[in-house]
Amino acid sequence: MYDVIILGGGPAGVSASLYCKRANKNVLLIYSKDSGLIKAKKIDNYYGFEDGISGVDLYNAGIKQAQNIGVETSKEEIIKIEIEDNYFKVSTDKKIYDAKSVIIAIGAKKNTLNVQGIKEFEGKGISYCAICDGFFYRNKDVVVIGSGNYAISETNDLINVANKITILTNGEKAPEFRADNVDIVTKNIKEIKGENKVEEVRFEDNSTLKTDGVFVAQGTAGASEFAKKLGIITKNDKILVDENMQTNIKGIYACGDCTGGLLQVSKAVYEGAKAGLSVIDYLR
Amino acid sequence: MEVIKLNNDNFKSEVMESDKAVLVDFYADWCGPCKMMSPVIDEIANEMGDSIKVCKLNVDEASDIAAEYGVMSIPTLIIFKDGGVEKTLVGLQAKSELIEVLKNI
Repeated sequence: MYDVIILGGGPAGVSASLYCKRANKNVLLIYSKDSGLIKAKKIDNYYGFEDGISGVDLYNAGIKQAQNIGVETSKEEIIKIEIEDNYFKVSTDKKIYDAKSVIIAIGAKKNTLNVQGIKEFEGKGISYCAICDGFFYRNKDVVVIGSGNYAISETNDLINVANKITILTNGEKAPEFRADNVDIVTKNIKEIKGENKVEEVRFEDNSTLKTDGVFVAQGTAGASEFAKKLGIITKNDKILVDENMQTNIKGIYACGDCTGGLLQVSKAVYEGAKAGLSVIDYLR
Repeated sequence: MEVIKLNNDNFKSEVMESDKAVLVDFYADWCGPCKMMSPVIDEIANEMGDSIKVCKLNVDEASDIAAEYGVMSIPTLIIFKDGGVEKTLVGLQAKSELIEVLKNI
């Protein structure tokens, strides 16, 4: 059991890990190299770099710095966070970990699925949480949009509930996943249609597929997806935290771009430090 | 005020025939986000119970009612007024925002 699992290896996550490790906490930092920081060609508004620094160099230096002070790090894709009685369970594409607390610092990546009807039918057949909403699709036909580990995880949560599941990769390569009641369609999606609720998916080639529900699980799960599943309050898909970076769930903290506001390294570093110190307090 | 637990027997009298606006929390025991919504609903009942009626409906026990009102995701909050649906809120809601919505009903 870790004292804290930090999700995300950008400035917020690493900053949090430094404070926790220096307080002798048992820390695991899980990172994916999917950080917004890596996309920054050059950062010249952050303290201490006279000629600026590239995002990828700063990111790599941060991970190395955490490792050098003894933070355990692992490059994995985070699939699921679950609340147990008095601890948390974090599942990745490789392992399942337990921790007394969790810091979410996985950035502001948003899985925007540019398909007509997605927004319109939210709560009327469009769902972002198989474990929460699968109940309403007992013995019905549903689709899961996505092709990666996250889509497979959502499909697994529906397998024993729904009648038939069709994974729609929306043009992406089909995953290597087989089950009796699961089909895979790789066509590009044009729109989701229905009267008052979702009734069918129309593809770019104008063919259609009747469905009772659409579960969106494109790409990797982002902060807002985890928040929705856990019951963390968000606003405009950003996690709401108090001044100590605590979410509405005791033991879960968030920092960096996923809490909104300035998308700046300086802000992420401050929030990471604050989250780290808050976790140290929480563990006392 | 206490949160009223709804079922198939009392839904009509407590909600459809209420002379006050009614906030209904559609939830289930196995739903994580619903567990986070629940204390907020209790607080709303305590703080705004004079002006609105606050109720909970377990979708496992009254799935027909959930289906009738198109509930396909939980938590869902539906505000009823004069026997009709006034507003539907899907997903976990922040207390402050929920209070604002209820004040404007």
